[in-house]
Amino acid sequence: MASNPFAHIVTQCSGPPSASDYAIDRALRMIVKGAAAVILLLVAYIIFELGRQALPAMLNFGPGFLIGTEWNVQDQVFGILPEIWGTLYSSLLALFLGGLFGVAIAIFLTQDFLDHRLSNVFRTIVEMLAAIPSVVYGLWGIYVLIPLIRPAAEWLHDSFGWLPLFGTDLAGPGMAPAALVLAVMILPTVAAISVDAFRRVPYKVKEAAYGMGTTRWEAILKVMLPTASSGILAALVLGFGRALGETMALAMLIGNSNQISLSLFAPANTLASLLASSFPEAGPVEVQALMFAALALLAITLIVNVVGLWVMKAATRKFEGKA
Amino acid sequence: MNATAEAGLIESTLLERNRNMDTNRETQMDTDRDDHQSRTSTPDSITAAAAWHVDPQQTVMDCRLNKIFYGDFLAVRDSLVPIEKNKITGFIGPSGCGKSTVLRSLNRMNDLIPVFRFEGTVTYHGQDIYDKSIDPVLVRRYIGMVFQQPNPFSMSIYDNVAFGLRLNRFKGDMNERVEKALRSAALWNEVKDKLKNSGLSLSGGQQQRLCIARAVATEPDVLLMDEPCSALDPIATRQVEELMLELKENYTVALVTHNMQQATRVADTTAFFSVDISEGGRTGYLVEMGDTQQIFADPREKLTREYIAGEFS
Repeated sequence: MASNPFAHIVTQCSGPPSASDYAIDRALRMIVKGAAAVILLLVAYIIFELGRQALPAMLNFGPGFLIGTEWNVQDQVFGILPEIWGTLYSSLLALFLGGLFGVAIAIFLTQDFLDHRLSNVFRTIVEMLAAIPSVVYGLWGIYVLIPLIRPAAEWLHDSFGWLPLFGTDLAGPGMAPAALVLAVMILPTVAAISVDAFRRVPYKVKEAAYGMGTTRWEAILKVMLPTASSGILAALVLGFGRALGETMALAMLIGNSNQISLSLFAPANTLASLLASSFPEAGPVEVQALMFAALALLAITLIVNVVGLWVMKAATRKFEGKA
Repeated sequence: MNATAEAGLIESTLLERNRNMDTNRETQMDTDRDDHQSRTSTPDSITAAAAWHVDPQQTVMDCRLNKIFYGDFLAVRDSLVPIEKNKITGFIGPSGCGKSTVLRSLNRMNDLIPVFRFEGTVTYHGQDIYDKSIDPVLVRRYIGMVFQQPNPFSMSIYDNVAFGLRLNRFKGDMNERVEKALRSAALWNEVKDKLKNSGLSLSGGQQQRLCIARAVATEPDVLLMDEPCSALDPIATRQVEELMLELKENYTVALVTHNMQQATRVADTTAFFSVDISEGGRTGYLVEMGDTQQIFADPREKLTREYIAGEFS
């Protein structure tokens, strides 16, 4: 316990913290430190265990695994480039769509377009999208979305088939329905965090913008959006992270086809969906390969998060002048 | 005078005023003035406000407000505040007297508050800015504002100052205008080497001067300043006061200040507002308006004299 050199000072009621005060203080500090340590240990253990199980595959296939395009259980040839491509392509498409709509919804909910109570109701509804189980999204995609977009897909393919984007016909499951469902799935994350970012913009900033004689759109686009940018970027990074790791709905919708195509209507595959669909029947060598794939997915999410954090920091520095 | 009697008196004067709303200003002033003379000791807003004669040719803005509400709350009542061209009009008064509310009504800033309601007229160059056909955005392009709290945008110092110029699609030499604005806000020397840095990286006082530069860059016809120096040190305050005196050569300034010395230093005309708690609420009103000299040396109203003597705040 700390000594008290002021003990001799006589006052009405000032005195040192009691022994139990110090004990509680120490105990709380230990608890939070312990919790933080457990999380770090858990992450380290997961990476270690994945690495350990993937090690035979890493030695066996080497870096060629990452650029190989074949996944052939018979010949024991494994490569995950199409899955890496599919993961990034579907997530970027979803980020683009979900980000656009998510930020738009956040603007709609926070910039006085709606009465305050109504906007809270609306926000709750948007957040409820996050509560829908992934498999339900998958079913909805198969039975509702795919038939719904098929006419549009056919028209786009017939009219603009020369564009690589519409280069193939929509046979059923494919990139477009997968990306659309993924966009809906990340929408609540992006919207909710962007709403918070906009709400954090101080009222005086809004006043300053309108005081300069901005119209509402000028105020939103030129002032509110840059001011909220670091929070919005955080929303996008989280949304992207969620899209990268999403499994069930994609396994049901993307077609699980080992190919690299720019076409929105071609079937593709993602790392998470590969893992989900291959594990149940995998032999020992394939399991090692799948562990390697899982490690690759982990690395991708980690890189995305680090890059996202870095971009956020850069934005904060640029707009707010803080380090 | 007891509160009930005063309330009754105010009410009757109010009714009379409402009847007079459409008659021309001079007549109304005279009527009110007669009232004033008949009950000389009444600290009544309308009579006092009306006693301040201004040449209509010289008023760039004329605020004749009946009532300002926030929801059910009556914030300000019965105040006639003419703003004269090429002068600094100071608004003084105790906290909660509505001086800021009145100032913000002059460029429709209060329209941002959904429950705000303005009854009366504010004419600007002969046009009522509260007319249904008038877009508040338009009003704010001509009547600029500096706020009490520094509120620079999350962008570079340069972009902050250029904001209004770009908004108005200014075609001239942007760099020159930005420099001029920063110089007149007494900030140029401190920031000329870091114009690309964020406006938020500056200290509080510098941020406020940046906001002043942002407001004056477009050279608005009228500049409303809501306690612009409350976050500034004495040196910066002096610089901003010099800027105000410079600005009034070409523009018109309305200034809310808590600092009576500041009012005496820069304001040509001073309006003294006070709070009326007689009707249960806290309603601000104009007690007296006149030449700054007169307001401080020889106030007509007892309330003004007490306030200036520091008997309440």
